[in-house]
Amino acid sequence: MIEDDELLKDFVIESQEHLASVETQLLELESSTDCIDVAKVNNVFRAIHSIKGVAGFLNLKTLESLAHREEEVLNRLRNHEVRPTSQVINTLLRASDCIKGLLESITTSNEQDVSEHIHALESLLKNPNNLIVSQVQSTTDDSDSCVAITPNESNTSVPAKAVNPEVIRDFLIESYDSLEQLEYSLVTLEQTPQDSELLNAVFRTIHTLKGSSGFLGYGKLESLAHATENLLSDLRNGTCTFDQAIGTALFAAIDLIRKHLESIETESTEGDFCADDVIKRLGALSASGNSATAVRANSPSATAIPAAPKRSTSINRPVAVPKPKQEQHAVVPNAKVAPVDGDSKSSTESTTASSAAAESTIRVDVALLDKLMTRVGELVLSRNQILQFACSLGNSDLQSASQHLNLITTELQEGVMKTRMQPIGNVWSKFPRLVRDLASICGKSVRIEMEGKETELDKTIIEAIKDPLTHLVRNNVDHGIEKPEVRVAAGKPAEGCLTLRAYHEGGQVNIEISDDGGGLNLDRIKSKAIEKGLITVEHAGRLSDREASQLIFLPGFSTAEKVSNVSGRGVGMDVVKTNIEKIGGTVDLQSREGQGTSVKIKIPLTLAIIPALIITNNGNRFAIPQVNLLELVRLELADAEKSIERIQGAPVYRLRGRLLPLVYLSQVLQSKANGPSTSDCINIVVLRVDDRQFGLVVDRINDTEEIVVKPMGKQLKGVPVFAGATIMGDGKVALILDVLGIAHLSNVLSKDRNRAHTDSTSRAKEAGLDNQTLLVLGTGNNRRLALPISQVARLEKIPLESIEYTDNQEVVQYRGTILPLIRLAKHFGIKDTETPVDGLLNVVVYRENDCNYGLVVHRVIDIVEAACEISRSSQRKGLLGSAIIHGHVTDLVDLPAVIKQLVTKTKITSKVCY
Amino acid sequence: MLTARQVCTFYLDKQMYGVDVQSVQEVIRYQEMTEIPLAPDSVVGLINLRGQIVTAIDLRRRLGLPCRADTELPMNVVVQSDDGAISLLVDQIGDVQEIDIDNFESPPETLQGASRRMIRGAYKMKDRLLLILDTERAMNVALLDD
Repeated sequence: MIEDDELLKDFVIESQEHLASVETQLLELESSTDCIDVAKVNNVFRAIHSIKGVAGFLNLKTLESLAHREEEVLNRLRNHEVRPTSQVINTLLRASDCIKGLLESITTSNEQDVSEHIHALESLLKNPNNLIVSQVQSTTDDSDSCVAITPNESNTSVPAKAVNPEVIRDFLIESYDSLEQLEYSLVTLEQTPQDSELLNAVFRTIHTLKGSSGFLGYGKLESLAHATENLLSDLRNGTCTFDQAIGTALFAAIDLIRKHLESIETESTEGDFCADDVIKRLGALSASGNSATAVRANSPSATAIPAAPKRSTSINRPVAVPKPKQEQHAVVPNAKVAPVDGDSKSSTESTTASSAAAESTIRVDVALLDKLMTRVGELVLSRNQILQFACSLGNSDLQSASQHLNLITTELQEGVMKTRMQPIGNVWSKFPRLVRDLASICGKSVRIEMEGKETELDKTIIEAIKDPLTHLVRNNVDHGIEKPEVRVAAGKPAEGCLTLRAYHEGGQVNIEISDDGGGLNLDRIKSKAIEKGLITVEHAGRLSDREASQLIFLPGFSTAEKVSNVSGRGVGMDVVKTNIEKIGGTVDLQSREGQGTSVKIKIPLTLAIIPALIITNNGNRFAIPQVNLLELVRLELADAEKSIERIQGAPVYRLRGRLLPLVYLSQVLQSKANGPSTSDCINIVVLRVDDRQFGLVVDRINDTEEIVVKPMGKQLKGVPVFAGATIMGDGKVALILDVLGIAHLSNVLSKDRNRAHTDSTSRAKEAGLDNQTLLVLGTGNNRRLALPISQVARLEKIPLESIEYTDNQEVVQYRGTILPLIRLAKHFGIKDTETPVDGLLNVVVYRENDCNYGLVVHRVIDIVEAACEISRSSQRKGLLGSAIIHGHVTDLVDLPAVIKQLVTKTKITSKVCY
Repeated sequence: MLTARQVCTFYLDKQMYGVDVQSVQEVIRYQEMTEIPLAPDSVVGLINLRGQIVTAIDLRRRLGLPCRADTELPMNVVVQSDDGAISLLVDQIGDVQEIDIDNFESPPETLQGASRRMIRGAYKMKDRLLLILDTERAMNVALLDD
């Protein structure tokens, strides 16, 4: 009957929820026969009406007619024309039960006989005992005349105030949700106007909105929704087709609806917005389609006829009615329908499926989840303590029980974490609309593509990235993508493409926002930065392309010629960066002239639990978030005297030839030393903040741990060096250090952020090949080779005699695997006859695709940080080229290429490695 | 003024103080605390209260009273605030007292300094005065720590 299972299932779930409340409310009504609680009747009415509307739409004729009769009785009840006698309530209850039954066997509902209930409901209205006012028209069997009776009255007689605020809140939540979905659907519809399923969904949403607002007494909202619905109905009939004008009108209507909702939320009445324009526009568009609808649309005052949509639905749906036979049933709803032998097996199956689905989702308050999360945190701590006891007591029963507890707690923790996860699509859903509007303002044509909508993130993070993402999307449309004529001239399709991509990688979530636009104009960025005094001229000259592109993250930077209402005020990108960094994420921008810009955001999965390094200072433990951590340096006390130098009293340490400013945690925290330090070494935690590095000197380094971040009270908001607190395994509280705060407090990071950009070396790691930390190696004949240190896993010394052979390939056993050896000198055809004096080979271990490779070199010379311009590119495979490093000509090795050559030559595959 | 008729009483430097019993979440023995470097003077540490991190404020320091002896361990009066729970460190816990609203008086003008703003007034009991503490102000360390 109805093809769309999903739709049916949704309907069944919704309706069952509605019915659940109907029963209790009806019973309460019965107990107060004398004065009718209008709010309750309204609730019931609304529930039944929704069922009726959707049932009609889904072509569930039997259900529709039953719900219609019930609604009719309820309407009279509401208008004080009928008394809620026990006979009335009984009949209503039985009718509701019957609806429940129909829902449970929804696929065969049209074949079931409900005439008994229909008659019962109808006779209620004829029984004078139940009637209060005599002038009520006697009901006729013609359902249409019943329908037309009272709804307009009801709108005035039931002011919104009488309605339970809870109901209004639910209505608002639902409506906001559906508006968001609606926008997304409409944008999609613009692309695929033929998608009748989507159109139906849109129609249904608006219809529900219209119905609900009608019953809550929001007349303006209702008439607006009604006009929108009419237009949609015409679209569905095919009397007019979806084009941009219609899209814009529909969007305008949605915006107005949202405004009304907002006003209902804040002032609990509809706003004073003039809807006539929008309604006229909708009407005109609809009128251009066919005349019958034009009449309806042009008289929006005749709004609140709840049955009208139903009528138009059943009349105007040639597509959705596959069998003409059922159309007849619709016309004669009272007619007995002979049970048809359907596929009973499939019907029972779908019944169980739908009722199971009804129970599978609930709405939960986030605060409750937060509380649960806290409790689980406590449980984890108790578990840790019990585990410790169990171990020390040595009772095997207790141990196995505590192991079990351990397992369950971990699973519980994961489960609770998951409840807070939301797909990123929730944030993205508003972007298609945003892009569409922006594009039309800017006179551009932009298509949006999304990948990985289902990627899940913690709710708090979702909230935190909403604004930065919106900003980036705006920027891309406004600045990134060129005007159609420019694009065509550049040989690109006129329509620009904005791609949003999200995926998990290494415990983090990556979000990429890229366009295929013009890319950044680096020269303009540089000159703008100089003009604004953000950098100096000679500094600009030294900037690499990559560094130049990072300039746009500076506060106050904007290259837009004119400030548009879209973007260009120059407060954008630095805010994006700060906001993302605030939640422990990073922003990276890549741009290729003429090909587009891509912004990559890396953010943690959750804020609640982060990996951290635990250190001890003055007997107190502190946690340092792993994000900020670069490396740990340990100096023996004897060496420390020499290696820590002072510049005018400021301590520095030479870390691989660069001066690392040192900050003593004890000094930062102004803690009184508990006697002389007993440790025999100095521990330096090398931290990165913004683009700077500094060393934090602490007493002891304990371990890394996953910690649960807890906020601190407002009493401590003024203390800049702590980011929060956490509870350690032993139940004690440890403070989490705010690295940025410490950097500011100890002047590592001056307020003037520009200075950071003169320190180009600190960004060497990310800056690509032109500025890198390199491992310099020596091979025979004083030839020097260099490779990026980031590619090196380890440096090993391997005795000559441990070399073995497989398939003519030198290998050694290395950590339980076979490590193929590559003689670099031989590989590059350098004569390397010298054997090491001590019988030990210098091997650089390189890891690629889970396979280790050993590069045999003559000696390891140094690790240097150098801005090496490749001065002479090499023709030879495996070499990137040559550069002058520290006064020597050095060949840069292209390791992946070397390995590739080797693999193809000797067919070392990853299988051989293991 | 004070709407509740019941106050939870405690002692600081032998003086009886009271807070609205409705605002008190619980009273617990001395808990080990994590001290907070750089924090305001009266904020003495953080307590792990069943997984919730609670800031402890020493009322003696807050009210400018002399410090208690090292051998004396304070008690925690955990009170609810908009910003979560806060623990007030006191010397000793007294009974919950029924209060007759007629016996309330505002603090005399001669009471000056930090405590004036934190004390709502005094209840004249038979044999002594019961000073009512304004917990919101007592918790707002930024307000008075000058």
